[in-house]
Amino acid sequence: MTEIAAFSERRPCIAGPYRLQWEDVQQARVLLFPEGIVKLNRSAGEILLRCDGKRTTAQIVAELESAFGVAPLGADVRSFLDLATLRRWIEWRTA
Amino acid sequence: MSTTSAVAASVTPPLWLLAELTYTCPLHCPFCSNPVDFARQKAELSTGEWQRVFAEARTLGSVQLGFSGGEPLSRPDLEELVAEGRRLGFYTNLITSGVGLSPPRLRALKDAGLDHIQLSFQDSTRESNDFLSSTRTFDRKRRVADEIKALGFPMVLNCVIHRLNIEHVERIIDLAVDIGAEFLELANTQYYGWAFVNRELLMPTRGQLADAEAVVAARRQQLGDRLRILFVVPDYFEGRPKRCMNGWGSTFLCVSPDGTALPCQAARMLPGIEFPSVRSSSIREIWNDSAAFHRYRGEAWMPEPCRSCPERANDLGGCRCQAYLLTGDAGATDPACNKAPQHDIVRAAIASRARIPEMPLLFRSAANSRALSPPDSTSAC
Repeated sequence: MTEIAAFSERRPCIAGPYRLQWEDVQQARVLLFPEGIVKLNRSAGEILLRCDGKRTTAQIVAELESAFGVAPLGADVRSFLDLATLRRWIEWRTA
Repeated sequence: MSTTSAVAASVTPPLWLLAELTYTCPLHCPFCSNPVDFARQKAELSTGEWQRVFAEARTLGSVQLGFSGGEPLSRPDLEELVAEGRRLGFYTNLITSGVGLSPPRLRALKDAGLDHIQLSFQDSTRESNDFLSSTRTFDRKRRVADEIKALGFPMVLNCVIHRLNIEHVERIIDLAVDIGAEFLELANTQYYGWAFVNRELLMPTRGQLADAEAVVAARRQQLGDRLRILFVVPDYFEGRPKRCMNGWGSTFLCVSPDGTALPCQAARMLPGIEFPSVRSSSIREIWNDSAAFHRYRGEAWMPEPCRSCPERANDLGGCRCQAYLLTGDAGATDPACNKAPQHDIVRAAIASRARIPEMPLLFRSAANSRALSPPDSTSAC
């Protein structure tokens, strides 16, 4: 329980070498990094767009639920952020 | 007519734009990938011409922009070009020897929005680095590496590996750790350009390669996340061809100093292909419509055994430049493949490692370039 509580208060942030941007030609958000590119699906792009080091994961989840009218999204967001952490796309800032 | 040509090659965006700004370089590495006839190349593109190339490529979907050469720092307008690339939304990569990267220029590149630096060393010690580059540059590179780190750039350390330094792989890894690089690319020499001229002296033995692989495996285990090490076994030794450039005209667009557009840095030497120039065609025309970029796109061009090979979608028939250099036919199956009719050529090259010929290393210099390429010749290997 305490771990989950801590998770919701933590603030993810796109990691140093990565840059998130919209690509018109691909009609998708992409992550750029040294000599590489990852094309993101819509939900991954929407989550990463909000990883700015200011929003907590709880705020990100609430925003997405309200923006897309779907709930609950907590588990999906968490599993994507776990993957993004593993791939070093994001870093974590504690509150 | 044939069943395979019914599969039309679809055109995907040139995600990677490599801008070879200049063939000028203070270093003289004998494994340089530049064309052997670089000293006879025509006038370099202007700042304005490059900026137009960047804008046109970006519109077509290019996202990665590499500034290479020669030594791109030889261009006084590098900062301006980086700023324009960054403004257009490129991820900007500087591929440099570090020579000429003074603290003020590094600062200016940071301000211009440069995203990433690939810094090359030639070896782990002053003596060997300076011998291989034929310059006294090791100490300067070492200093530049610290300055790059201090400004917070992501940095890849790159070292081209060959017979003369492959036994120093352990020390090269130590150097990367000492510098604090996050990523080390141990780039086994690919035999084009100057490296092909010097191949007999540069190609390691199978034993040297196995030893280096073992060192890399052990250090990867020990270092874990501290340093990621890229070490790809060269295609000559693996029996499998490389997926060269992710496919001809699929991802990679190289613009050479005089504006010639190429599907890879080495392709200029291929005979019978007229490569278009950015001076007379737009990037869209070059990428989507030119005969040169369609020549080996997709699978329709493939000969047997590629045409019916279950692995053709993985390796795309290997490298056209290597096929040409080794067999004289750019449309042949890459001899690096152990299914290629002419794989014997590669086997013989490896077997010849038992006795290294007595010949001088030919360093990359303007004088050697002119000596190796007659004035009227347009070809170069």
